[in-house]
Amino acid sequence: MTIHPTSPQFKDNAHRALEDRDLQKALGHVRQAFIAKRAAAAEALPEFEALRDSARDIKQHTLENLDLYIEAWEDKVTAAGGHVHYARDAAEAREAVLDICRRVGARTVTKGKSMISEEIGLNQAIEAAGLVPVETDLGEYIVQLRGEVPSHIIAPAVHLTRDQVEADFRRHHTHLDASRDISSHYSLQAEARGILRERFLAADVGVTGANFLVAETGTSVIVTNEGNGDLTQLLPRVHVVLASIEKLVPTLEDVGQLLRVLARSATGQEMSVYTTLSTGPKRPDDPDGPDEYHVVLIDNGRSSMLGTSFEEMLRCIRCGACMNHCPVYHSVGGHAYGWIYPGPMGAVLTPALIGVETAGHLPNASTFCGRCESVCPVRIPLPKLMRHWREREFERHLQPAAVRGGLGVWGWFASRPKLYRLATGLAMRALSIAGGNRGRFASLPLAKGWTDYRDMPAPQGATFQSQWKNRRAQPKRAA
Amino acid sequence: MASMAAASRGGAGGEVRVGLFVTCLVDLFRPSVGFAAVKLLQDAGCIVDVPTQTCCGQPAYNSGDRATTATIAVQVIEAFASYRYVVAPSGSCAGMIKRHYPELFADDPNMLRKAEELAGRTHELVSFLTDVMGVKRVDAAFDGPVTYHDGCSGLRELGVRDQPRRLLGTVRGLDLVESRNTDVCCGFGGTFAVKYGELSNSIVERKAATVVESGAGTLVAGDLGCLMNIAGKLSRMGSTMEVRHVAEILADMTEAAPIGAPHHLKD
Repeated sequence: MTIHPTSPQFKDNAHRALEDRDLQKALGHVRQAFIAKRAAAAEALPEFEALRDSARDIKQHTLENLDLYIEAWEDKVTAAGGHVHYARDAAEAREAVLDICRRVGARTVTKGKSMISEEIGLNQAIEAAGLVPVETDLGEYIVQLRGEVPSHIIAPAVHLTRDQVEADFRRHHTHLDASRDISSHYSLQAEARGILRERFLAADVGVTGANFLVAETGTSVIVTNEGNGDLTQLLPRVHVVLASIEKLVPTLEDVGQLLRVLARSATGQEMSVYTTLSTGPKRPDDPDGPDEYHVVLIDNGRSSMLGTSFEEMLRCIRCGACMNHCPVYHSVGGHAYGWIYPGPMGAVLTPALIGVETAGHLPNASTFCGRCESVCPVRIPLPKLMRHWREREFERHLQPAAVRGGLGVWGWFASRPKLYRLATGLAMRALSIAGGNRGRFASLPLAKGWTDYRDMPAPQGATFQSQWKNRRAQPKRAA
Repeated sequence: MASMAAASRGGAGGEVRVGLFVTCLVDLFRPSVGFAAVKLLQDAGCIVDVPTQTCCGQPAYNSGDRATTATIAVQVIEAFASYRYVVAPSGSCAGMIKRHYPELFADDPNMLRKAEELAGRTHELVSFLTDVMGVKRVDAAFDGPVTYHDGCSGLRELGVRDQPRRLLGTVRGLDLVESRNTDVCCGFGGTFAVKYGELSNSIVERKAATVVESGAGTLVAGDLGCLMNIAGKLSRMGSTMEVRHVAEILADMTEAAPIGAPHHLKD
């Protein structure tokens, strides 16, 4: 039921992405705007680096005591009149949501932005049950119209140009005047707002994700910029929160600290426009709010990461800074990664959730430039964790035979310095002669991945070590 | 002439014995960088030696082969055991020894101690000159505008950023112009460049565009991997921009043809 991964075809996906002119145009925004805004926000806050340490420590501490915090949180949710549903996997999570929908006779389900709902394939399940799921985040709404999944965890439609969105709206909003002008971002937003307003009012169940679940109070917290999350969770009779287990944090004070790094890392905002805290259903003296408040707490593979070298990945607060700063993401966008989570965080998380046999390309398709780690608000060592996946692949012989064989030969020589010096000395002389006066190769049979796209500089001739040895054999030159 | 005053620092009896970790790419492809490094170290008052060596092991490490990496790392640790400092003309290889050897032996207390001890003595060339030997200027000349690319490992693992720019600023006739996005990867990534050639190419295309846009006639960096990648892209694009390792300029040793450019006739 969940989206079928195309991660095994990563290279083909990447090729198509590189040829896609609309996508390449749209990615220009990611390459520039997010980075400059994050840098300015970090610069403006002297304690930003200290806050990153603190954010890392809060999340790490929670993971190390997760059972205690989940129990404490459940008690508080229940005490506030809410209901907690535990889901071991995607199927149980979908069933928990559908059970609630069936019980209350729901027909329309509005949704705030939630990556975990994408992970469990909730929209498809809601449709299959004969209900209507309505994404209310603008980017998610666009992506839903197109039958796609988000290409970015905080900017779902960042892979699209304004022209493409206009065409989608004209194709789907056929009840509107065909001669209307929706050529600006503003008019597109206004059109979506008008359509979504009716859906908000019609909805029976509102589903949101959670940025944080607070053990101290049983509160769920979402941050949004459009206010759609509030309308999703306040207007229907039933509010269902979907959250994975690593969303737990101990206290509201901790939430305050994490919020200070979240929006700055994500969009460069000091705070998101809306930060909404929900604790249980509407109380007798509340003016509004849902009659029922449910949280579906989802594991779906995460608990098996606890206590392993991948545990640190569970600190992730889904800001998207890693993909905003990733040269690979900049080249191919999010869909090429072939499942739900793109960029460096996806390259670490996806193999843990769907298997490294399926997602093996993702942790390999990285230059290890380290820019992701340098901006991660909770200091996840993303390149190190990608390398751990490569180690798992190596142990299980999952890499292509040619790669393994080539490295094996190289490693054999590199472990035998004298033989290595002899062999490389001969090889470099030969290559240098083959390179001739041009000083470079336009094609090398064993390095087509290189020479198909760029020249290979030729070696100068004798190796440094052989020249050094010869010089040492001669009388010492004046220092 | 570089900083003779520094010569008395750092070693017993004023002798600073440095083991040059020449790096496999410099050894094999561009020995002139190795000789430039030797000159810079000697000018700074170091006594330079080059023990027999192969590679730091990074290709195996980043391919998930810890056993081969450990074999190579043990070799390096033993070969460089006796030097006061170990210096590499590469942020990537120095970063491998400094940051990753200790990680590699995290579960082996005996080797971990040796790895950490080596890590403490190991430096990237230019930052070693400025930060350890106190070199403030170099005796070199170079004509024209030069732009500097920050290799990722040097920048983010070792904090090498200002040091090369400071020394380049003392080269007579050299005009240092900054490119946009100098801290963005060139797309090399070791075996990545071959395994994901098309993707690597799209990254180096953007890098080549930004260095050309800077208007500089020469690109320099501290890592031969990045330089071979960018030089290969520039020449394929038909650009006339010249590409050199920063050590060649600082050592005033620019007789060798630029990276990927036609060789001079036999000297």
